[in-house]
Amino acid sequence: MKFSLFSLLHQGLTGNQGWQPQWRDPAPKPAYDVIIIGAGGHGLATAYYLAKEHGIRNVAVLEKGWLGGGNTGRNTTIIRSNYLWEESEALYEHSVKLWETLSHELNYNVMYSPRGVMMLAHSVHDVQVTKRHIHANRLAGIDNEWLTPEQAQEFCPILNISRDIRYPILGAALQRRGGVARHDAVAWGYARGADKLGVDIIQNCEVTAIRRDASGCVTGVETTRGPISARRIGVVAAGHTSVVMGMAGIRMPLESFPLQALVSEPVKPLMPCVVMSNTIHAYMSQSDKGELVIGAGTDQYTSYSQTGGLHISQHTLDAICELFPMTRRLRMLRNWGGIVDVTPDRSPIIGRTPVPGLFVNCGWGTGGFKATPGSGHVFAATIAREEPHPIAAPFTLERFTTGRLIDEAAAAAVAH
Amino acid sequence: MTAFRSPAGGRIDRSKPIRFTFDGRQMHGHAGDTLASALLANGVHLVGRSFKYHRPRGILSAGPEEPNALVTIDRGGGRETPNLRATQVELYEGLVARSQNRLPGLRFDIGGINNAFSRFLGAGFYYKTFMGPQALGGAKLWARLFEPAIRRAAGLGRAPAGPDPDRYANRFAHCEVLVIGGGEAGLAEALRRSEDPACRVILCDEQAEFGGWMLVEAPERADEMVKALSARPNVTMLRRSQAFGAYAQNFVAIAQQLTDPLATTDAEAPCERLWQVRAGEVVLASGAIERPLVFPDNDRPGILLAGAAETYLRRYGVLPGRKIVILTACDTAYGAAFALQDAGAEIVAIAETRAAPGAGDIAARALARGIPVLPGTTILGTTGHLRVSSVRLGRIRPDGEAEPSGGFTADTVLMSGGWTPSIHLFSQTKGKLRWEEGLGAYLPALPAPGQAIRVIGAAAGEMPAGMRSPALGALPVAGSPDRVKAFVDFQNDVTARDLRLATREGFRSIEHVKRYTTTGMATDQGKTSNLNSLGIVAAETGRSVPEIGLTTFRAPYTPVTFGLFAGQARGDLFDPVRRTPMHDWAERNGAVFEDVGTWKRAHYFLPRRPVDATASGHAAMHEAVQAECRKVREAVGLFDASTLGKIEFVGPDAAEFLERAYVNPVKGLAVGRCRYALLLNEAGFIIDDGIIARLAQDRFHVTTTTGGAARVFGMFEDYLQTEWPDLKVWQTSVTEHWAVIAVQGPRSREIIADLVEGIELSDAAFPHMAVREGRITGTPCRLFRVSFTGELGYEINIPAGLALPLWEKLAERAAEFGGGPYGTEAMHVLRAEKGYIIVAQDTDGTMTPEDMGLGWAIGKKKPDFIGKRGLMRPDLTASGRKQLVGLVAEDRSRVLEEGAQIVPDILAPAGSHAIGHVTSAYSSAALGHGIALAVIEDGRNRIGQLLHIPMERETIAVRVVEPVFLDPEGARLHG
Amino acid sequence: MLLIRCPWCGMDRPEIEFRHAGAAHITRPGPPDRVSDEEWAAFLYLRDNPKGRVAERWRHVHGCGRFFNAVRDTVTDVFVVTYKAGEPRPPETGPGESQPTEARP
Repeated sequence: MKFSLFSLLHQGLTGNQGWQPQWRDPAPKPAYDVIIIGAGGHGLATAYYLAKEHGIRNVAVLEKGWLGGGNTGRNTTIIRSNYLWEESEALYEHSVKLWETLSHELNYNVMYSPRGVMMLAHSVHDVQVTKRHIHANRLAGIDNEWLTPEQAQEFCPILNISRDIRYPILGAALQRRGGVARHDAVAWGYARGADKLGVDIIQNCEVTAIRRDASGCVTGVETTRGPISARRIGVVAAGHTSVVMGMAGIRMPLESFPLQALVSEPVKPLMPCVVMSNTIHAYMSQSDKGELVIGAGTDQYTSYSQTGGLHISQHTLDAICELFPMTRRLRMLRNWGGIVDVTPDRSPIIGRTPVPGLFVNCGWGTGGFKATPGSGHVFAATIAREEPHPIAAPFTLERFTTGRLIDEAAAAAVAH
Repeated sequence: MTAFRSPAGGRIDRSKPIRFTFDGRQMHGHAGDTLASALLANGVHLVGRSFKYHRPRGILSAGPEEPNALVTIDRGGGRETPNLRATQVELYEGLVARSQNRLPGLRFDIGGINNAFSRFLGAGFYYKTFMGPQALGGAKLWARLFEPAIRRAAGLGRAPAGPDPDRYANRFAHCEVLVIGGGEAGLAEALRRSEDPACRVILCDEQAEFGGWMLVEAPERADEMVKALSARPNVTMLRRSQAFGAYAQNFVAIAQQLTDPLATTDAEAPCERLWQVRAGEVVLASGAIERPLVFPDNDRPGILLAGAAETYLRRYGVLPGRKIVILTACDTAYGAAFALQDAGAEIVAIAETRAAPGAGDIAARALARGIPVLPGTTILGTTGHLRVSSVRLGRIRPDGEAEPSGGFTADTVLMSGGWTPSIHLFSQTKGKLRWEEGLGAYLPALPAPGQAIRVIGAAAGEMPAGMRSPALGALPVAGSPDRVKAFVDFQNDVTARDLRLATREGFRSIEHVKRYTTTGMATDQGKTSNLNSLGIVAAETGRSVPEIGLTTFRAPYTPVTFGLFAGQARGDLFDPVRRTPMHDWAERNGAVFEDVGTWKRAHYFLPRRPVDATASGHAAMHEAVQAECRKVREAVGLFDASTLGKIEFVGPDAAEFLERAYVNPVKGLAVGRCRYALLLNEAGFIIDDGIIARLAQDRFHVTTTTGGAARVFGMFEDYLQTEWPDLKVWQTSVTEHWAVIAVQGPRSREIIADLVEGIELSDAAFPHMAVREGRITGTPCRLFRVSFTGELGYEINIPAGLALPLWEKLAERAAEFGGGPYGTEAMHVLRAEKGYIIVAQDTDGTMTPEDMGLGWAIGKKKPDFIGKRGLMRPDLTASGRKQLVGLVAEDRSRVLEEGAQIVPDILAPAGSHAIGHVTSAYSSAALGHGIALAVIEDGRNRIGQLLHIPMERETIAVRVVEPVFLDPEGARLHG
Repeated sequence: MLLIRCPWCGMDRPEIEFRHAGAAHITRPGPPDRVSDEEWAAFLYLRDNPKGRVAERWRHVHGCGRFFNAVRDTVTDVFVVTYKAGEPRPPETGPGESQPTEARP
């Protein structure tokens, strides 16, 4: 059923009995053309675009838990494309362009809200780095503008631009097209869209082995719900990528860290945009429900526990209270953790692997949500054509051998 | 006496009346009341509006599980807190409470219109609409039109407008046993464990008094136990202290309220304290929470949990109503009925959802009291807009539906669906749970590895039979269950039909259902709703509860103030401030400081500070920096370089270590000589630079960048301890030991000459890049002949505590010579004129020595050094890499912008490839024009080329030049 | 906040005294001209990143300042053992799978 105001009214008047499952709950078939491992946003988007744009509909998305239950449902939903390097700009901008029409594309309101992402500069070095981004973005045709502290406060009235705080705000970069979206809806929208095109989304189905033939090519997977064959497999397992790729004997340049986030109790609208401070580690926006959504940092050690230390969220709230002093009396409602797979250069890996038929899309670190549509789109093309999509081409595994890194972290000298 | 206060009984102090206001209405309560009990004593049930449908809501519970009674407490002066639970707010004289989420008022709220449209506003309705026709802008319509409207309607209370005047404290504590929950089980455990005087026990409870349910049933026993515990020195008792988070290895966070419940606030006293407790063992005695029953219109004001009503009566002396109908699935509601009847209320009937009323003679006792007991009965609906006024009953048929069976008028309905053990903290530690069918709840099964946590009492399911009920989910209704509103999550307005809709739409995992319907995601985190949700989803999908799973319990147990986490980390205490010995002098002399790492560095000196340091700042800064630069080039400048990282290496293998660490050859460095040195990471990229000075055969003084000091020291420690542990070398950080005064400029030798003892300063005896130890003004010093300005210069390392007098003397002398202090900005200009790089400004973690024109520094014959293999990788040796060059705009007066992108052609449409960027750009006083450093692809081969910098409104033509703008021969180094 | 036993100090101390320093027992290959690009990339970047027991390095940075190794379960974050830098991984500590964790209800 197409979602619309009309369907909502019609169903409302007829007792809401006509709504159909948004996706099926199919049993796995013995074989598919493509298997996607991981039903997070990126994996579901990959399956959707495989079916939609490449006509490959005999696709299974295997998920060990429930779809959208990993980082897709745990992140702070920030969307922006103001990255430094041209390779990254192309990738994230591709994604922002897809965000702009995604609700229509999927007939699912993903609540993409380009309310502006403001990144604060607190030191002379920050200002230099920020302005370099702005210049690079402008040349790439990506909106990003410099704001004085006063302009920043005008855009976000609760921002503390006092000169007397420990790290006063010296200015900010604003990407007006940046914003947020409703994370669960993205997973569900892609799931519904892919399902409608014939993709089987198989939940509670954990991959336990990757099968290969004598020549080394992949032939399928073993799962907790039995073996499934496919000649092409895309691994989109986020924090668990190392584990899955290990099944094919591939060691990855990845480490999985806990990343925490938290929300406040809902309050009336307070925060009109997204504010990020890499220097003092604070990221905040306000959800449509009224909760302040706050991103904390990673713990220092690798972990799959989906929990982290209290001192990490504590440190983040220090910073939030400095930047937004009137939030001190608000209260934390929920604090949770995800597992982020981090690459040495903080840029993702999208593409082929040394194992024929095995593709990987991982390493999105702390910032993968924003890339969901673009990542799925270029990864689907890469799997379909068995050669990298031009936007994905620089994000190879080989770059770690040649040294051709896409180092988004080095320039800022901080997590991003 | 207020209308609903019982004549006697309860823990309140009737001799102490307290005035308070709710929505401006003046009322009275007593010491010992909560806001909720005091409101009920005044006959006020309507206290809030629900989140989505704005339905009138009353007080449901008597504890932290309260979903409805959220209020804003305003103490004035910025002490305004939204979303507090009236059931937890202690009454104090003059308390000002306001209801929330209503316009214009609680009794009439225009948001209530949503209720009429609720059929269109079911679970997840917003995912299905508001997309707008694509032709009309699609996503833009959402962001500009629909979303703002939804946002305005959402949210509960308002955030305060101003900063928070309150203080928050923090304490770390250790104990052998931490007991969470001061009810009967917790008190008994604390008593038992603290018999051993060596066993430190911490006992915490969220309430103002210890005792838990004993405060209702047996307050004397509670008092005795508390008295006994208080006498023990090894016991710490924390009242008003909510354990809200349980973390790895028995680490528990507790939020303790201090001044908040008091009538007077003290600006000096902390309002809350965060306890971070590491315990040998955690004992969880957190009790159980009563479950509501899910029947149509179960949310009207006047409908309470039975246990809450009994609490209000027996602990607070308040009658929740006078004409009461009870609906129950367990025996404890009978206790409430009897107590309320004894207090004068009329118990109209006890409707039993069970076919046979509970254990023993409980029903018979009710009948004997004249209370009708109606087995197999449920409530089919209630009436009453702002307060329940009647109930319609229904007989439950064997087929699971119900048929009308009469009704009653009533001003109060009490309900009890059984009790759910509070296992939240156990679950937070990832302990394993097991499903207990007879209890309709999960119980702790096995602690997670590494956790010594034990659950006791009701939280462990140790409950009398009368508290136990397997009942979960929605009660039977007459006709279609989708035509009624039976609330499961009161605050978020999630009804049984929303949950059924979600399952119909394919949301089968409880995590999906929760996220789609928002059940359990309100500020009470589903304390009263989670299990009923599970029951409904289980029934709807034909599965057992364990098959559906349980949503993860996440910290905090109850919401915790941001300020509590931030504690004292505000203002200057947000992060340590490092100041040099010359800081105060600089401040007195007009320094404007910049933050570099945690250091404060003098950025430039304004002789007269402008009134508005930001607006007129730019021009004033420009002038100041130009003047400072001129002083250095023409006379002498003083620079506080104390923040530079300094490491001393000692040992027979010190040279060998540095030889392996830095790209430079070090072993051949003569004693008394210095070398500019580059440090790479193993990937081959520059990460730091500095000076290596050899003080003796086995002793080196090495400098690092200010920002890199700690990182570099840690990295060296890593190699020393783990990579080359065989090397006999010791490193120690002397950053804070030595203050550094750079004296730079043609007159520099003159102003220090007669102060220095034991060091011959002539060029021959003490050449450029030399180091000597001696004395200056009688103080031991290490004197470096080094220059980061291109001028004759010295860096005086002097013990930090003795630096200021020397600086003052030198400043006096410099002034006499027409010189003076200069800040980091002038330092940057001066070094850029010489083409000296700043790591992390001209490099960005992707540059090699060769890229920066520093390939000469690499010891070509060395077999290995950190980064050597990295440098050999294909991309690092490829042609076309970016290289450091100088730039001068064709309009020479032009100062370029740092970070500006460089393109070969004057026309650079969006998406053009940048061949490089400006890394440093200044106005050079010495040259009288703008200069810049840049990194450009194949830059050294482009020297002489004209390139372009596309700016927002123009394109700037620039000429590529050598990166050394001034004195390329280095003549000035010799004065 | 983890509680970590420093094998040099012999004491359990809170995590904020320590700095994590990445995977343990990774040998720096050399000499440079005998190391392939692939070997160097593996040394620099490739990590087991196991879900289960990991051997990792820590430094007691706000304590004795010394490096040591630990075997920790990345599923539960429980330390199996800590031992001094330079010592081999105790054989009984794996490498092995995490204790099977049943799906949490």
